[in-house]
Amino acid sequence: MMAIGGAIGGAACGGTEDRGGSDTLAKIRARGEILWGADLQGGEPFVYPDPENPQRLIGFDVDIMDAVARRLGVKARMVQCAWSNLVPSLERGDFDVVINGLEATDERKRRILLSDPYYVYAETLTIRAGASYRSVFDLLGKRVGTLNQTYAHDILRLLPIETVLYEGTEEPYRDLELGRTDAVLLDSIIAERYGCIPSKPSLQCVPYDMARGTYVIGLRKEDRELKQAIDGAIAAMRKDGELKRVLEGLKLWDARQTDFVPAESAVARKRHFDSQMLAQFLAAAWVTLKVSVLSFLLAVPLGLLLAVARIYGALPVRAFARGYIEVFRGTPVLLQLFVLYYGLGGYVNLGPMTAAVVGLGLNYAAYEAEVYRGALLAIPRGQSEAARALGLSPWQTLRHVLVPQGFRIALPPSTNDFIALLKDSSLVSTITVIELTKRMSVDAVDMGSYLIPGLLCAGLYLLLSLPLAELARRLERRLARDQRPQAL
Amino acid sequence: MISVRKLSKRFGDRLVLEAVSAEVTRGETIAIVGPSGGGKTTFLRCLNYLEGFDEGEVEIAGSTLRPGMGRRDALALRALRTRVGMVFQHFNLFPHLTALDNVTLAPRVVRGTGRVGAELKGRDLLAKVGLADRAGAYPHELSGGQQQRVAIARALAQQPEVLLFDEPTSALDPEMREEVMQVIRELAQGGMTMLVVTHEMQLAQGVASRVWVIDRGRIVEDGPPAQVVNEPVTEVARELFRRLRA
Repeated sequence: MMAIGGAIGGAACGGTEDRGGSDTLAKIRARGEILWGADLQGGEPFVYPDPENPQRLIGFDVDIMDAVARRLGVKARMVQCAWSNLVPSLERGDFDVVINGLEATDERKRRILLSDPYYVYAETLTIRAGASYRSVFDLLGKRVGTLNQTYAHDILRLLPIETVLYEGTEEPYRDLELGRTDAVLLDSIIAERYGCIPSKPSLQCVPYDMARGTYVIGLRKEDRELKQAIDGAIAAMRKDGELKRVLEGLKLWDARQTDFVPAESAVARKRHFDSQMLAQFLAAAWVTLKVSVLSFLLAVPLGLLLAVARIYGALPVRAFARGYIEVFRGTPVLLQLFVLYYGLGGYVNLGPMTAAVVGLGLNYAAYEAEVYRGALLAIPRGQSEAARALGLSPWQTLRHVLVPQGFRIALPPSTNDFIALLKDSSLVSTITVIELTKRMSVDAVDMGSYLIPGLLCAGLYLLLSLPLAELARRLERRLARDQRPQAL
Repeated sequence: MISVRKLSKRFGDRLVLEAVSAEVTRGETIAIVGPSGGGKTTFLRCLNYLEGFDEGEVEIAGSTLRPGMGRRDALALRALRTRVGMVFQHFNLFPHLTALDNVTLAPRVVRGTGRVGAELKGRDLLAKVGLADRAGAYPHELSGGQQQRVAIARALAQQPEVLLFDEPTSALDPEMREEVMQVIRELAQGGMTMLVVTHEMQLAQGVASRVWVIDRGRIVEDGPPAQVVNEPVTEVARELFRRLRA
């Protein structure tokens, strides 16, 4: 058992200052501490805060790592790091090893060093009770959920199955319960804890192993010496029964552990940049554009309505508009997307695309409302007075005098917001919409490099935003022709 | 045409109009003069209810205005404003509309006049103020004098029975004042009923049928120009005209 080290959450995973070099084992011994990277979001049973003392971390990975560290004569300290970034962060030297239910996929074998396995798991298919699926081959053309960068993901991608990617272990099963997917394929450890459990009576696990795999410890390519030491420690634990004791203590020991260790290399494959990848990127860019444009089309009228309500409405209307703006502006859009998609999932079952558009639209409406409010208030008072003196009603004044003038004032900040929205749309990947940024991170892992997918992704974002910025600039110029600051 | 009875208005605890009473008959042009802060503009704005007032009553162009008119009277007030036009010191033209669209907006939106009819009438009005060739110009492309003439055409487009002018020439360079005054003069000759808050002696003496001097919330002089301008009875008026002539 140990204390939480490093920053929790966030993309950067801080850790050691003494980075690089192949003398990691010597550095660990000198430091008296081995740093291991993992993501708390993986939850039970891997590594998670002790419910009785949230300051302490417990779990499978903690116990294994503590045992390994003891045999190396050092202490172990965990560094929090987002699951998708574990391997790149390891390579950068943020920590010494990765232990987080890391599967020994072929692609990882090529990229980093992997220790001998310490656990054998099965790929388990979870389905809604009563469904007749018995294997992944029954699910061709269906929607199947899994975690990004897992062996299960590799298996699913080989088949004509629509894969839905998640970052957490809870969400895939919730979507399955809600009928948003047809099955979930994940490690037996996860399926038995989050899928086919008494509190989810509508789900059941198919009782055959779809495949078997192993959990290993990940190390940097150059750390051969450290791998030897860790392999030695695992072998010794296997031999003297400590591994069995640890796994039994966690109720994880089963017959699979003594079976022949399976090979997974048949599935994994390394991808190269090709026309297929480009086509996938373009499709993802189209999703990004679609989500952004549709949500902005929702945000603009709603924002205008809120702005008008906030300036001219009766007291309760004004209070409502103000409350709306403060709530949507003052809480993270990520949270709003989660609440909309997962939180309200049992009541209003929105598809991921609809939830994405509605979520971003409702959020950006709050920002647009403030932009339009500012624009309307910036129009000289004489304008509405002149309109009133001509007999225009408040609504006619707004429609023919104030809004057209406010539009000109609001155009530059509004364009700015749209470009921000284009980038914020990457957040919808958390509710399983595969857009540009998600595509990039998935392909980067496949290629073992962030460079080409990263540049391609950046290029596509620019390609989307630059023409829009230019269009807005032209419109602005055209509108400015008939309006220069008037002498007042 | 206009009958004001004991009109009083406060800004906070300051009394800006104090039981003002006045009568205007059809076809008159009243020049309203007086020292700054005396209540001239406030009085004018009470007549089309851009400002509410606290006591008294105004009968104007067939409507009666009372203190505390609000949302429930909105329709009546809008109808009144189509019969009582207003021209502002700073023109307040709509900058996003051409001169012609400025003139036709209210007839089209408020009266529901068709575009073709409204534009025909609009061009006619622009011709009347000498701007037939600037119909397509945006306000920023026009000089101050031209802008004010468009503003007058805009007010005339609603076919008002009364026109209120709030210092129509004070924001203009001297050489442009004459073109605006010429338009007002022609309107007066055409029989339009007008109230003009002004500092122009030429308007007061050459165009107005009557002159009012408003000081500290009261009409302190009321009579034909010859009488009020040449033989004022109050010290305030004497001082004022001495300064305006200089």
